[in-house]
Amino acid sequence: MIPDEEMTCRELVELVTAYLDDGLTASERTRFEAHLQECPYCRVYLEQMRQTILLLGELREDELDPVARDELLRLFRDWKSRNQRLPT
Amino acid sequence: MGITSDLSIPSYSGASDDTLLDALRGGDEHAFSELVHRYHATLVRVAMAYVGSRDRAEDVAQEAWLGMLRGIGQFAGRSSLRTWLFRILINCAHADCQRRGRAIVFADLRDDTDEGDAIIEPDRFHPAGHRWADHWSIPPQEWPEARMLSAEIGDRLIEAMRHLPERQRVILTLRDVEGWPQHEICEMLGISEANARVLLHRARTQVRRELERYLARSEEEFRP
Repeated sequence: MIPDEEMTCRELVELVTAYLDDGLTASERTRFEAHLQECPYCRVYLEQMRQTILLLGELREDELDPVARDELLRLFRDWKSRNQRLPT
Repeated sequence: MGITSDLSIPSYSGASDDTLLDALRGGDEHAFSELVHRYHATLVRVAMAYVGSRDRAEDVAQEAWLGMLRGIGQFAGRSSLRTWLFRILINCAHADCQRRGRAIVFADLRDDTDEGDAIIEPDRFHPAGHRWADHWSIPPQEWPEARMLSAEIGDRLIEAMRHLPERQRVILTLRDVEGWPQHEICEMLGISEANARVLLHRARTQVRRELERYLARSEEEFRP
């Protein structure tokens, strides 16, 4: 690949994750950002990938089902009582 | 809140996993309770990525806790407690899948040609020979902000994830839903950063595409 060659939209789309993860080489990054400057469509695409990632992060909820929690504590107590009966 | 809500005593809420591990070795129930508080919901979500159903995921997560308790005497601390716990979970999920006749093995990920077709529709770009070859022919349209806030978006995301190949779904769950660092995911799954990135990229691209389809569809429906 010629380092100074202009990036295509298709190429940029393939490199979005590497770009967001800071996984591009310096020259790839320069070409990526140069393309973004010129291309409003790819700016929309990159923004949509960012939005997608943000929305995925909102699926995280830490509500713990009290029934599941009680079951796990029972599991723990069983384990502990069995363990304490073992010869040391 | 259940009867057990008072078990999470404040002194452990900011404790490191290592502190909790030591306390757990001494049989401290509060330490166990704090670990459950920290990781159970995530364990269930990751298990879901493997086994599909919520009930089975709860069972697999429970097996993982039991596996952790049984192995705690031998755990040498070469990886973090979290990595170790999730490795146990994945082993339990594999065992569960095998019992049902389907196995997912990350270590066999040598190529990913089985991971689906072209990840973005090729006809979105001008063809070779065109003056604008490989540039957008059908460019993405900005998403309407108001629709992004709707509760339905979450359902669409979950639905889109359900249709991903398992390995992509697991990585997407750990990385984007749970927010784990890439290197920890790679260590846990035993795959290279390059492979993980390919899978993550495909997963994200697919989910974006599903959102795009959904938003385009609903725009049409909402048009007066």
